[in-house]
Amino acid sequence: MLRLEARPQPSQAMALVSPLIALVLTALMAAALFAALGKDPGRGLAVFFFEPLNGMRAVSEVLLKATPLITIALGLAVCYRSNVWNIGAEGQVLLGALAGGGVALWLTTQGIVLPKAVAVPLVLAGGVLGGMAWAAITALLRDRFNASEILVSLMLVYVAQQLVNFLVFGPWKDPAGFNFPQTKTFDASTWLPPLLSNTRLHVGIALALVVAAAMWVFMFRTYRGYQLQVGGLAPAAARYAGFSASASLWTALMISGGLAGLAGAMEVAGPLRQLTPHISTGLGFTAIIVCFVGRLHPLGIVLASVLLSMMLIGGELGQSRLGLPNALTGVFQGLLLILLLACDTLIHYRVRLARRIPA
Amino acid sequence: MNEIALLVAATLASGTPLALAGLGLLLNEKAGVLNLGAEGIMLVAAIAGFAAAFTTGSDTLAFAAGALAGGLLAAAFGGLVIWLNTNQYATGLAVSLFGYGFSAFVGVGYVGKKLAESSPFEVPLLADIPFLGPALFKHHPMVYLTIALALAIVWFLYRSRAGLVLRAIGEAPESAHALGYRVRWVRLAAVVAGGALCGVAGAFLSVVYAPLWVEGLVAGRGWIALALTTFATWRPLRVLLGAYLFGGVTMLQFALQGAGVNVASQLLAMLPYLATIVVLALISRNPAWIRINMPASLGKPFHPG
Amino acid sequence: MNPSLRLQLTGVSKQYPAVRANDRVDLRVKAGEIHAVLGENGAGKSTLMKIIYGAVQPDEGEIRWNGQAVTIASPAQARRLGISMVYQHFSLFDTLTAAENVWLGLDKSLTLPEVVRRIVEVAHTYGLDIEPQRPVHTLSVGERQRVEIVRALLTDPQLLILDEPTSVLTPQAVDKLFVTLRLLAERGCSILYISHKLDEIRSLCQHCTVLRGGKVTGEVDPTRESNASLSRLMIGAEPPQLLHKASQAGAPVLAVQGLSLPRQDQFGVDLEDIAFDVRAGEIVGVAGVSGNGQQELLAALSGEDQRAAPGSITLFGKPIGDHSPRHRRKEGLYFVPEERLGRGAVPTLSLAQNTLLTRTAAVSRSGWVRTRQVAELAEHIIARFQVKAGGPDAAAKSLSGGNLQKFIVGREIDAAPTLLIVSQPTWGVDVGAAALIRGELLALRDAGCALLVVSEELDELFEISDRLIVIAQGRMSPSVPTAEATIERIGVWMSGLWNRESVHAQA
Repeated sequence: MLRLEARPQPSQAMALVSPLIALVLTALMAAALFAALGKDPGRGLAVFFFEPLNGMRAVSEVLLKATPLITIALGLAVCYRSNVWNIGAEGQVLLGALAGGGVALWLTTQGIVLPKAVAVPLVLAGGVLGGMAWAAITALLRDRFNASEILVSLMLVYVAQQLVNFLVFGPWKDPAGFNFPQTKTFDASTWLPPLLSNTRLHVGIALALVVAAAMWVFMFRTYRGYQLQVGGLAPAAARYAGFSASASLWTALMISGGLAGLAGAMEVAGPLRQLTPHISTGLGFTAIIVCFVGRLHPLGIVLASVLLSMMLIGGELGQSRLGLPNALTGVFQGLLLILLLACDTLIHYRVRLARRIPA
Repeated sequence: MNEIALLVAATLASGTPLALAGLGLLLNEKAGVLNLGAEGIMLVAAIAGFAAAFTTGSDTLAFAAGALAGGLLAAAFGGLVIWLNTNQYATGLAVSLFGYGFSAFVGVGYVGKKLAESSPFEVPLLADIPFLGPALFKHHPMVYLTIALALAIVWFLYRSRAGLVLRAIGEAPESAHALGYRVRWVRLAAVVAGGALCGVAGAFLSVVYAPLWVEGLVAGRGWIALALTTFATWRPLRVLLGAYLFGGVTMLQFALQGAGVNVASQLLAMLPYLATIVVLALISRNPAWIRINMPASLGKPFHPG
Repeated sequence: MNPSLRLQLTGVSKQYPAVRANDRVDLRVKAGEIHAVLGENGAGKSTLMKIIYGAVQPDEGEIRWNGQAVTIASPAQARRLGISMVYQHFSLFDTLTAAENVWLGLDKSLTLPEVVRRIVEVAHTYGLDIEPQRPVHTLSVGERQRVEIVRALLTDPQLLILDEPTSVLTPQAVDKLFVTLRLLAERGCSILYISHKLDEIRSLCQHCTVLRGGKVTGEVDPTRESNASLSRLMIGAEPPQLLHKASQAGAPVLAVQGLSLPRQDQFGVDLEDIAFDVRAGEIVGVAGVSGNGQQELLAALSGEDQRAAPGSITLFGKPIGDHSPRHRRKEGLYFVPEERLGRGAVPTLSLAQNTLLTRTAAVSRSGWVRTRQVAELAEHIIARFQVKAGGPDAAAKSLSGGNLQKFIVGREIDAAPTLLIVSQPTWGVDVGAAALIRGELLALRDAGCALLVVSEELDELFEISDRLIVIAQGRMSPSVPTAEATIERIGVWMSGLWNRESVHAQA
């Protein structure tokens, strides 16, 4: 009989190893699933986990996809450490895309061509504000009405999706677009500057890494970051210390909403360059998984973002090369998170064999 | 007049899956476990039910498949949060994300497929009453079973000893443990029962209500059902009432479109979600009221000494 | 084997990873005997009770029940044998009625109305007064204990175990409880009375087993022992004497006047017109049964509740009633809460990180945290207050109760406060740490600080306070110098009856 015994001190070693164990277990289950579907498990794993890194172009695609994941997940980490369960990052991403894209669209349709150094920050700032505004609704309802931020932020995702559809099918539709639900393509002045020629990779990745460093400093070296963490770990201690729960709530949601909005704007000013109904492919939800796999830590988040974008691209490759449905990626991601949570038990508990009691 | 009768009928049908899921989650939460995986469970059960109905042509088997799928996924969730004491919020979320991906994956082969036609249901004699007939008595049996279920749960929770034990465990699991009750097993039973009910709700959606399968068919109803339990202050009959209310709001968008109201369809489609937000805000406003009715141990981990 | 022994434990041991909780313990309880188990916190009493009650299995040893060898595998089996337990921290369900609570504690399949009938019968027989249909959250602490006892009695026990039953009772209620227990014993029920209160054991119990460090250090007749001799068995020495200099109280530091606060949640207590003061260089002790407004008063004083009228609480004459805890600390008011883990310290953070809760000297104006300085402060506190810990990086939850309390109290004392408020300073703390903490509080007083100590241990208050006040049902009694107070009188006041007698002039 196995028994769980509490450790006196949480195990640092396990905190680092647990995601790796979960990854290995996921890979094993993936291999089993491939076999069950009649595909060669080795080939399946290679396509999902190794092909995406095959060559400069492939790596640039991985980093391109990782950029918004890093950005969103960093904001979510602040929230989750503060025990603010912002599940609606997807909605904040959409509003950021709408706001940033709206700025770009306005500049384009008005024929205003600004230097890149002005236009791009304008677009990104629009995105940040859009995401913050959407998150502010959740913050207000939690602060004033005590409404669950989980349910409110989630409901707002569905509202945001309808809002995107409304705008793109309606007032913002490109009149010269053959009635397709899409906006005009944005003027080149609003596009994010590229980082590597012959790839789609843009400066966003550099921006994301800068934000990661800034987040580390904020969480671990500032008093405000300390307050947020105490609020998440022991609310009674936070009250005892005199930390304002309201201030922490707003800080966490504004940071998170702003970063999610930034990610949304980077997507439309980067690879997409217009607004369509498909501007976000569940990035806001994938970022939640990235956040946990990355241990809610900036460095872990960067690594986990790379891992999960590999899986996303692997899914696309799996569809084109092996005929596996793209939805498989979603299964693996969900599985990874569930296994991670299970393995995390080992951080706080040791597994022991229970002794048989002599009768 | 006939339109109103049809609206009432549509409201009842639309509210039924919400009520089923809401009642299932109520059982969960009365025992102290918060299951954010409801959406994922409903999705997996929806595809399971659809697949069963498509293959066998039987509604009953579809519901059974849905209940089984829901119960199994809920059992996995229960194992994690009750025995390994993983964070209830994160685990529930993980189950929802997994359920979304898994149902999309399994459902790939069922998109666009049609189920065999089934004959419309009618309660004999009562269905012929003008207005009340079409409004109340021409529903699928599951609609009536749901109401009966709500009453049964009321009896169970407030008139039976087993229900008292469940409520006690949700209130103070440490005390129940000290008295010798097997807290973890009771909680698991509540979670599995709740999951099975969510499963039946999911199957109802894909097999009776829609009836079809697309990725993400459940469209947030799992989350709305979670809001329902708070809205109903954890009382079964209020869950039923709230479900019909939300069902009604969902139907409102079609009624308004039909009445020629000149608002874009996407904006009308926001109505159920906006309504949920408003209701949540109004109900949660009084923290004291919530605290009296909420099972005190909801969401908190339990460690047997 | 002596057949008139109700319960006999021989050589019972239990090993936990870090500690040997019980080491070859022998226990002999006769039928109809009131038997005390005496020991300080951490001596192994609760582990032993858990073994008898079936919640924990011993690693070795034998248990005999009425002469028969048995294995008590679960609480349900213990109940079937006739063993019943009343816990220190009640196992009650607040939103259910008293009758439903009792029903849940019974194994037999009786119906609820039958249970109600039996409750009334038993309550009448033993003089325990309860209303079966009242929800438990409306009951006072003493009434809740009666529900627990009735629940135990309805199982027709042959052995009743009571774990620290008097920590929540006024002295008068304690007397009533003793009457009930003696009646029970006369009818043949054996009673195991767990306590560390020497006076009670000497007045109630016929026999006493003393535990220290998991071993039995003596088996005596308490009526023939003195407090000193029992104490020697319990801790291996006389109770540590504190050097108690006469107080030289100076100017008033804290003045509370007309403090009234409605309760914040349904289960709380309204504060009504509270008035008292604390002067520099004195310790004012607040006595009272738990649940009479202490939590609400402390929250108002610490700043966790900022609803008080600003002028109702003043520090050196300055109104602070609506100030935040951080603001109050800047003014010199520091507070030690009664919950260590989760409120006084964050369990998973290190001791160094935990200093930042109340000590912010290492935080620069721009919000930057100087981690080296934080660690040095923690090291300093650990050294000065003899905290046994793995270093400033040790997680708070890795410390024993006594050591964590020393750290938290030390953290606040080290801030050199002008007013220190302490709640339950030595609850659940071993005797050595308790003595150190009380000594530090007295030293702080001698250095000129004003102290307010809230405690449910009357002995402790009598030992260290210069003046005493009593809180009951949200109201505050007048103050009385400790030298002029008696336990009986304070006991009467704890029921709220201070107006019924002529009041001495306030000191």
